[in-house]
Amino acid sequence: MGRGGSRAAPAAAAPPWHVLPDEVWEHAFSFLPADSDRGAAAAACRSWLRAERRSRRRLAVANCYAASPQDAVDRFPAVRAVEVKGKPHFADFGLVPPAWGAAAAPWVAAAADGWPLVEEISFKRMVVTDDCLEMIAASFRNFQVLRLVSCEGFSTAGLAAIAAGCRNLRELDLQENEIEDCSIHWLSLFPESFTSLVTLNFSCLEGDVNITVLERLVTRCRNLKTLKLNNAIPLDKLANLLRKAPQIVELGTGRFSADYHPDLFSKLEAAFAGCKSLRRLSGAWDAVPEYLPAFYCVCEGLTSLNLSYATVRGPELIKFISRCKNLQLLWVMDLIEDHGLAVVASSCNKLQELRVFPSAPFDAAEQVSLTERGLVDVSASCPMLESVLYFCRRMTNEALITIAKNRPNFTCFRLCIIEPHTPDYTTHQPLDAGFSAIVESCKGLRRLSVSGLLTDSVFKSIGAHADRLEMLSIAFAGNSDLGLHYILSGCKSLKKLEIRDCPFGDKPLLANAAKLETMRSLWMSTCSLTLGACRQLARKMPRLSVEVMNDPRRGCPLDSLTDESPVETLYVYRTIAGPRSDTPACVQIV
Amino acid sequence: MAHDDLRGTELRLGLPGSESPDGRPTAATPTLDLLPSKGAKRVFAHEAQVPPAAASGDGNQAEAEVRGEGDKKVAAPPQPAAKWVPPADSLWAQVVGWPPVRSYRKNTMATSQLKSSKEESDAKQGQGFLYVKVSMDGAPYLRKVDLKTYKSYKELSLGLEKMFVDFSTGRSGSNGLKGKDGASESRNDGEFVLTYEDKDGDWMLVGDVPWKMFTDSCRRLRIMKGSDAIGLAPRAGGKSKNKN
Repeated sequence: MGRGGSRAAPAAAAPPWHVLPDEVWEHAFSFLPADSDRGAAAAACRSWLRAERRSRRRLAVANCYAASPQDAVDRFPAVRAVEVKGKPHFADFGLVPPAWGAAAAPWVAAAADGWPLVEEISFKRMVVTDDCLEMIAASFRNFQVLRLVSCEGFSTAGLAAIAAGCRNLRELDLQENEIEDCSIHWLSLFPESFTSLVTLNFSCLEGDVNITVLERLVTRCRNLKTLKLNNAIPLDKLANLLRKAPQIVELGTGRFSADYHPDLFSKLEAAFAGCKSLRRLSGAWDAVPEYLPAFYCVCEGLTSLNLSYATVRGPELIKFISRCKNLQLLWVMDLIEDHGLAVVASSCNKLQELRVFPSAPFDAAEQVSLTERGLVDVSASCPMLESVLYFCRRMTNEALITIAKNRPNFTCFRLCIIEPHTPDYTTHQPLDAGFSAIVESCKGLRRLSVSGLLTDSVFKSIGAHADRLEMLSIAFAGNSDLGLHYILSGCKSLKKLEIRDCPFGDKPLLANAAKLETMRSLWMSTCSLTLGACRQLARKMPRLSVEVMNDPRRGCPLDSLTDESPVETLYVYRTIAGPRSDTPACVQIV
Repeated sequence: MAHDDLRGTELRLGLPGSESPDGRPTAATPTLDLLPSKGAKRVFAHEAQVPPAAASGDGNQAEAEVRGEGDKKVAAPPQPAAKWVPPADSLWAQVVGWPPVRSYRKNTMATSQLKSSKEESDAKQGQGFLYVKVSMDGAPYLRKVDLKTYKSYKELSLGLEKMFVDFSTGRSGSNGLKGKDGASESRNDGEFVLTYEDKDGDWMLVGDVPWKMFTDSCRRLRIMKGSDAIGLAPRAGGKSKNKN
């Protein structure tokens, strides 16, 4: 169709649009930021495919095994920013065997070779080694952004390599990683001439940090906007740091605990008063309630407040949050309780996202008074609320129906009722009616997690109504194969389905095999699957990778097992790369 | 480090009835997810399944069956599968990864709880003394001891004997306290048992955990009458396990 170079047009007429040179298309596509739009454009015709792939700057690989690193480099040669995600989501909860895979090394190696101009690398749920970090530091002369989320396998030695080697580093963002502490003073390795840091997040680092070095770094990086500290920074040092970086927009306080001292309080208060641009606040672990008023002067400006690791509770906590009238995002522990959420509902009308985490998830009895009441109040009074994650111990259909009626604009609704199979506590019925109301009312729902006592009938509703749903998480629910069948035969937009401890068997899986190729991945653990069905699925669908994992405690290998053997965990994903070769012993690709 | 001591008392998987060699752990160990919470109606992973009997027919038949049953609301938890055979160790297949709290969060919360309890004791140590109340059954008033003045259980035991010798010989003479040493002899007979209240509010037998751990978690002491200390009977060989 289109040609590479420009073509002489008849004098009287402009060239037809489809023969415009590639460079023009590349320029046009640069205005399409969304990957899905770019993907759609690339599918239109060969010249668009060519133009799109050559101009693609940002690449997100949502499953590191969906394509090989070399495929990615070959297809998109001009990439400057790459994000790769590895392990399935349930790895966060310990359901994926150790050494499962998701090594970052092949990606770093391919990038070093094929994308020398890369500026940004993000890894999520991957195994990143010190060698990887050293290679990153050595391979990309304009490297600017390193973001590691829920990764493991590296230590402060790797961070030292980054600090020493990346002269143009702007962002070092470490979120919830397992980092080994080698007692290397990695912070000291940022050269004195280094001033480009905009984001520094080392909140997940366990070890000590040289405060003097940190202060000097913060002082000379005048563009620093995000600073998230770890546990090692005492409160008075925090005040010093804030005085050196009053331009800060996002702050993670790390700890916020010390014995109350009026002098220290005044110092903190004054330091915060100087931070006129502060918009996002997190940390306050072990916060001492008496110090919370030091935050008061910034409350008005806060749009994001993450107290999800803060064990502070009581009136001081509630008073503090109620002053944050412009909050858009609030993450808290359930220590806030229903009455605290009632205050949030009346004070924080601009709230868009609420997450309530359990303070004592493994305790049998209810320790805090957080029930469906809190969620009902917030969803009634906050018209812009669209994303919820809520851990509680009881729920009713009526509450869910009310919530659904009040907030049809939900895009993400994740409810976790802590005890499995918990019914509506007033009627003792399953919560089918409540969740059905949610999916029927919230037409834009993209992510849903269900819990409590649920029968197949809720899945019928979800399959039929949740047209935009992309990710669904199910646990301890349903009563027969029909449940899974409803989901897989409905849910037009489904991309990720993760299921645990449900009585779903082979039949709906095989009957809906084709659906799996339209999805990114399917996870099923502790269901009623047999090895034979998995083998059959793999034979039927060659472009799916069918991984079977058995409980490592019970010993592997799987080769010798018969078709009737039960399968503990199934993980299926579409891939153009063929079966991977880095599986541990208890994982088999059938 | 204290942290290493604490690691020695982490929960371990064990069959019911098997003795845990260490004292009861604090509620904040990172391995808590391996065992069901006390008293929890834990739904074991493999018991939560339901007979896929409805799937034995074709799809329509399955639908009809479901529709037929639709009138009776399903209120009870599903029954175990008829044809599915649970693996041998399913009884101890704990509910791993539920509730869905990230490992990072679990570890962080556990560490911070451990840290704050460590700090309480650090703070106490910083002050150079560690006074706890000591009560003795039958005694009209309580005493206080500074745990810092003792380096081991043996020293504590001797110190308490000295402290309460008045009560034993003076007041409780009728309870069978005989002999030159009075209190110590009676305790060797199993008359009295030394217990303490720990951070969680539980009453524990003194002597099970390393001394340092004991002083970190001991809130108060109680010298119980042997007859009251059912289930906390002293081990063979005398009351105090003189752990140094």
